[in-house]
Amino acid sequence: MSGIDAHLRELYQEVIFDHNRQPRNFHAMPDADRVAEGYNPLCGDQLTVYLRVADGKVEDVSFVGHGCAISKASASLMTEAVKGRPVEEAEALFRDFHALLTGTPPEGRDFGKLEVLTGVREFPARVKCATLAWHTLHNALTGEHDPARTE
Amino acid sequence: MSVLAFPSRTGGCLRGVEDFPILSRRIRNKPLVYLDNAATTQKPEVVIEAESLYYRESNANIHRGVHWLSQRATDLYDEGRESVRRLLNAARSDEIVFTRGTTEAINLVAYSWGCSQLRAGDEVLITAMEHHSNIVPWQLVCEQTGALLRVVPVSDCGELDLEAFEALLGPRTRMFAVAHVSNALGTVNPLPWLIERAHAAGARVLVDGAQAVAHMPVDVRALGCDFYAFSGHKLYGPTGIGALYGRAELLATMPPWQGGGDMIRTVSFERTTYAPPPQRFEAGTPNIAGVVGLAAAIGYVEHLGLDKIAAHEQALLAHATEAVGAIDGVRLIGTAAHKSGILSFTVDGIHPHDLGTILDTQGIAIRAGHHCAMPLMTRLGIPGTARASFALYNDENDIAALVAAIRKAQHMFNGGGQP
Repeated sequence: MSGIDAHLRELYQEVIFDHNRQPRNFHAMPDADRVAEGYNPLCGDQLTVYLRVADGKVEDVSFVGHGCAISKASASLMTEAVKGRPVEEAEALFRDFHALLTGTPPEGRDFGKLEVLTGVREFPARVKCATLAWHTLHNALTGEHDPARTE
Repeated sequence: MSVLAFPSRTGGCLRGVEDFPILSRRIRNKPLVYLDNAATTQKPEVVIEAESLYYRESNANIHRGVHWLSQRATDLYDEGRESVRRLLNAARSDEIVFTRGTTEAINLVAYSWGCSQLRAGDEVLITAMEHHSNIVPWQLVCEQTGALLRVVPVSDCGELDLEAFEALLGPRTRMFAVAHVSNALGTVNPLPWLIERAHAAGARVLVDGAQAVAHMPVDVRALGCDFYAFSGHKLYGPTGIGALYGRAELLATMPPWQGGGDMIRTVSFERTTYAPPPQRFEAGTPNIAGVVGLAAAIGYVEHLGLDKIAAHEQALLAHATEAVGAIDGVRLIGTAAHKSGILSFTVDGIHPHDLGTILDTQGIAIRAGHHCAMPLMTRLGIPGTARASFALYNDENDIAALVAAIRKAQHMFNGGGQP
């Protein structure tokens, strides 16, 4: 297998396909107390992140929208990763995950299933796909009203 | 690439791939298959060489110096204007205004003609298949003047609704701005018919020729249009240079839209008088090297023959339409009866950007997304498409590579999962 095919395999791992085909927490949330929009106009990826926060914890999180496999899988994996976590931990995970894809990952941090998204590092044009949902989550957590964008 | 064999400037028989240095390079360790020509075409050696030679041997500012080099640069610039006149078969070279490209040419007409001619309640008619550059300038000018923007709808297969067009044309229609060829779908619009109807209604007609000039002979006098805009970089020329054709009697009545050097006759603090067209619309030192490169590009396609290029690309389009259309799960977007060499499609279960990445790993360059035609994508009910667009150097091998890569993507996404 050539180098680039190996990179392609790392980008599109089975977990990505699985979450693309069957995204988790993929629904609107009527009783959400925080909602934020994410939109990358150039590529057309669009999503809405819903949160219910209680006692400083992300009690529930979901999303709807459309986009490429990377952005959809990233959003799906994100909801699994932050559900039930304290808000500060979710924010810290956003920062660390962002660093993992764009710069130097923090040492010793275990990203669990999110590791499958590191394949985008070989495809700089796709980093924005993997980070859109996270910026949208960040906006929901901080009460930012302007839509998030990563392009 | 290239089944077209044609004589080169050296008199031998070269293939396209040898005329275009970049086509021999490898991308991601695969031979480059360049199918993003509607975004920009690659440049032949003669164009690269012409620009380089200009800077090496002829560089000076135009219309100013009394010195030899200035005269030489001015001559080259004027020859470039004559090349564009010939390409479009305009009657006079002073009907050709150099711009940065199609976008600036349309903006020039929108601001100079539009702001001086449009009144509240007037109507500007565009179509649902326009590129953003033939939508947004008109929106901006409509906002300033109180004119209304009307839109000719598009059918499911990507053709203009001609009945609706006729119904929308009225005494208030002052301008009809339309693409010669749709950049997203490849539809070739029936310009002579459209222009005749628009003129009969008393409207001016601007044609966005960005996707046409490199792919078919264009004759602005036969078309009868009032304005025709195009970009050099989609015609095998440099970026940052393009041109606007405007009928002489219209250009003569239009006010300047940018002020500066080169566009004036006399300047005093009390009153400035303006140069006649085309200089009136070319404020500041222009892109002289770009004009020289564009002239070389025009010479190149003229030498090959635009009718031969058109025939080659039509054959390639027919082959690609059949080969890509035959893949299970592929839906062709834009199946107009009359098309240019652009193939837009979607693949079931694969987002265009994922497809674009997988094709990229195979050395294949296509465009994925909305192609700066968001209203058209909304009309067709899709977020975007994958688009393969052809040029004179493409051939059946490129289509075979495209088909194989689409199948590979399908295998990954729908089949085994792993490449």
